[in-house]
Amino acid sequence: MLSKNSSQPALNEDWRAGGFGIYIHWPYCEAKCPYCDFNSHVTRSIDHDAWRAAYREELQKLHEEAPGRILNSVFFGGGTPSLMEPDTVATMIEQIKTLWPIANDLEVTLEANPSSVEAERFRDFRCAGINRVSMGIQALNDTDLKRLGRRHTKTEALRAFDIARDTFDRVSFDLIYGRQDQALEDWRVELSEALSLTVDHLSLYQLTIEPGTAFGDRYNAGKLRGLPSDDLGADLYELTQDLCGEAGLPAYEVSNHAKDGAQSRHNLIYWRYGDYGGIGPGAHSRLTLNGQRHAIEHALMPGPWLNGRREDTRSILSDREQAQELVMMSLRLKQGMDLARFEALNGRSFDTATLKHLCDLGMISFDGGRLSVSKQGFSVLNAILAELLNF
Amino acid sequence: MTPLSHIRNFSIVAHIDHGKSTLADRLIQSTNTVADRDMKEQLLDAMDIERERGITIKANTVRIDYTAEDGEKYVLNLIDTPGHVDFAYEVSRSMRAVEGSLLVVDSTQGVEAQTLANVYQAIDADHEIVPVFNKIDLPASDIDRVAEQVEDVIGIDASGAIPVSAKTGQGIHETLEAIVQHLPAPAGDPDAPLKAMLVDSWYDAYLGVIVLVRIMDGQLKKGDKIKFLSNGTTHHVDRIGVFRPKMEHIDALGPGEIGFLTASIKQVRDTRVGDTITHERKEVAALPGFKPAQPVVFCGLFPVDSAQFEDLRDAIDKLALNDASFSYEMETSAALGFGFRCGFLGLLHLEVIRDRIEREYDIELITTAPSVVYHVYMKDGTMIELHNPADMPDLTHVDHLEEPRIKATILVPDEYLGDVLKLCQDRRGIQQDLTYAGSRAMAVYDLPLNEVVFDFYDRLKSVTKGYASFDYQLTGYRQDNLVKMQVLVNDEPVDALSMMVHRDRAEQRGRAMCEKLKDLIPRHMFKIPIQAAIGGKVIARETLSALRKDVTAKCYGGDATRKRKLLDKQKAGKKKMRQFGKVDIPQEAFISALKMDG
Ligand SMILES: C[S@@+](CC[C@H](N)C(=O)[O-])C[C@H]1O[C@@H](n2cnc3c(N)ncnc32)[C@H](O)[C@@H]1O
Ligand code: SF4
Repeated sequence: MLSKNSSQPALNEDWRAGGFGIYIHWPYCEAKCPYCDFNSHVTRSIDHDAWRAAYREELQKLHEEAPGRILNSVFFGGGTPSLMEPDTVATMIEQIKTLWPIANDLEVTLEANPSSVEAERFRDFRCAGINRVSMGIQALNDTDLKRLGRRHTKTEALRAFDIARDTFDRVSFDLIYGRQDQALEDWRVELSEALSLTVDHLSLYQLTIEPGTAFGDRYNAGKLRGLPSDDLGADLYELTQDLCGEAGLPAYEVSNHAKDGAQSRHNLIYWRYGDYGGIGPGAHSRLTLNGQRHAIEHALMPGPWLNGRREDTRSILSDREQAQELVMMSLRLKQGMDLARFEALNGRSFDTATLKHLCDLGMISFDGGRLSVSKQGFSVLNAILAELLNF
Repeated sequence: MTPLSHIRNFSIVAHIDHGKSTLADRLIQSTNTVADRDMKEQLLDAMDIERERGITIKANTVRIDYTAEDGEKYVLNLIDTPGHVDFAYEVSRSMRAVEGSLLVVDSTQGVEAQTLANVYQAIDADHEIVPVFNKIDLPASDIDRVAEQVEDVIGIDASGAIPVSAKTGQGIHETLEAIVQHLPAPAGDPDAPLKAMLVDSWYDAYLGVIVLVRIMDGQLKKGDKIKFLSNGTTHHVDRIGVFRPKMEHIDALGPGEIGFLTASIKQVRDTRVGDTITHERKEVAALPGFKPAQPVVFCGLFPVDSAQFEDLRDAIDKLALNDASFSYEMETSAALGFGFRCGFLGLLHLEVIRDRIEREYDIELITTAPSVVYHVYMKDGTMIELHNPADMPDLTHVDHLEEPRIKATILVPDEYLGDVLKLCQDRRGIQQDLTYAGSRAMAVYDLPLNEVVFDFYDRLKSVTKGYASFDYQLTGYRQDNLVKMQVLVNDEPVDALSMMVHRDRAEQRGRAMCEKLKDLIPRHMFKIPIQAAIGGKVIARETLSALRKDVTAKCYGGDATRKRKLLDKQKAGKKKMRQFGKVDIPQEAFISALKMDG
């Protein structure tokens, strides 16, 4: 039963180095944050039954395409999936468990917004099978929360986080830094406080001004003042690395920190370039089908998607493209990339002069057949990728 | 054929923006030369680039039929000349083909430097001049002041000046009458052997080379066999016509008339502007002729994408077909690969050609520092014309260098004079004259062309808020203490950035250049020294610090496609750069680095 067309994937398929996960996208939020360009929307009414039915249908379809593989993680992301009916989450997890063989330590994460946290709902989510929560706290002072357009205060966020901590073993939260008028010292104080609250995982994102967002428009109009210079940005990043390191939460990825063993398994699947099935509007998949890796993207807008117009766009990635994606994803990880895996996909190794140049600059290093980016290199990762991918 | 007494040939002299084209349009319109529905603004400026910049580059002609108040029918031939100093040469030869000029002065502005330069050419050509004061519909119009200026500064009688509003049409009729009454009719003998002046020529994709001629004596007919005196070549005339301003075919042209001929000529280079044309086997004395236009500004043009070199060659060949004043030869640069070293009449000419290559042929170009032609006198007594600083011979063999100088005339309102004098001083100018006409000063300077070639005009405009006008003519060569300055980026010399400078200015230029480059070159993962050097000696130095932050903070779930697109964008950005060792230099840096702010 190990032929190409069988439902058992061949043992040497590349994705196995990363594992298999399912991502479910919930596209609604209570309000749109001015910096955010995720596929998230505000709506007056939600037909929860219709969503449940649609998701179930999509899971079934995914199973038809990619059955049999051992599932490592399920991730409810958004948007604000803490606005989903716990019941919907419960049926989906149940269905998933009947469709795929499950790893012993299956991770099931839900993203949450502090404004939509109630103790009872959280207990329901736990009963539904959620075992990890990632909460968007963004800032630990009310002025900045306002400027970020958040609808909760620091006190409300901390209360919500307490509930999450009481309900789940594994909880993480997100902060955005590099905000308007944020001095290095401000961030030192704030991050120290954050570290004192942290359980075992923390995501720290530098504010990115995205085109098409309210911040992007304001920025283009020259009205978004007080953003950090590149140098301050770099200093903020370094400070973040130092403080988190001292607190026993080193970065395992560019923006993610965890105690050993507490890394987000789901995100590791992306960064290790495993296979993942995306469900919901705008969700992305990488699925190895019949020995070929497919890039799949689902219809973006929630309305049409719900009404059944979910046609996805698909392409088959060439080996070179896969090699490129592997580099882009896996070099975000502290542990770096398995060079043999890269060479197997790419057909040849990197240009040695480029490697030597980057090595001499202290941007990359080699260890045990792996190529990894140095601490110093992480803050200029895009430039390193550009060099490595040879343009 | 029109009797000589009923022909008037004229040109219009004006500063840019003083309403020359609008006036020409009105003259054409009010005589019904063009049907109203075919009327486009600025009829005579055909090329897009000309239209966009509001300038005329090539001479344009139009034949206007006009029935005057005396009841007689006249033929008026207007040759519209370029206003810009780069094309002063074309102005001078067009002037030789006509007998009179309208001097158009904006009555809200007054006389400008360009007006002066062109009106002196008209005076040199013995023109009768009729002043026309335009824009009298505007409240700022001040005819008395302008009349005084014309008399003071130019020294011609302004009592017969015609007040005009080309916009409303007021004074257009009077202008036409003045052309008939005050401008002389041409002279000529219809029975003498053919003698015609080759005024201009250009290439047309359908008709081949079109030759603009002014008949001095005799008659030119379709089917004639003609001869160019300069090279003795003969041609069979297959078409004769006039411009209205569209081409209109006729059978013959007589003395005093202006029109075109075609004769299956393939290249503009086969015709020589100013040449004398006669019939085959006829002997006539040659007209004085013109000396050919000499390119004075040189620069390298390289394709951004080196794969487009052949396309560039093709484009340049085609453009040269129509522009004998543009010269080119192949150039190779260690940094930029294959390209062409091109010679131009001036910076505007350079920009026009460069824009046309980029636009009409879709080739992105890197333009290197424009340079003038230096005369390098060697110890063995020979002289080398240096078109490219990169070719500067070894100094041990060089005796001395000479550079071209110009006489610059600048007219400027009094309050900006101080800034203008400072600018000229900074550019190594020697004041020759400073006079006043009302509240405007006229400064005449002897300046090195190389200080003017690049951004002098831009600087002048900015320090005078656009109120100054400027014109120049080449005067000759003079020895000076000139050196070649090299630029080293990350310790490697970048040949495309080397330039000739005066030794006393070298430190200042070097510093300015290094500072500019520091801003123009993006940060890299390592720090980059940027140095200016003369010989082996570093005279200025800046350090571009290393890139510290360039990372995507968020990872959008599994959206690896998004990351790939981001990298593709980066890749496209990189394509617009050139690699020098390990350093990427953006293509615009080659020009921008030379601009001086102070
Ligand atoms: C889909 S949101 C997660 C949860 C939830 N929607 C919320 O905002 O509370 C993912 C995270 O990305 C981060 N993020 C979103 N837009 C960002 C931006 N423009 N710059 C930096 N981080 C951003 C925020 O920290 C946010 O919590
Ligand atoms: S940051 Fe979170 S809550 Fe805000 S709009 Fe984006 S997805 Fe919604």
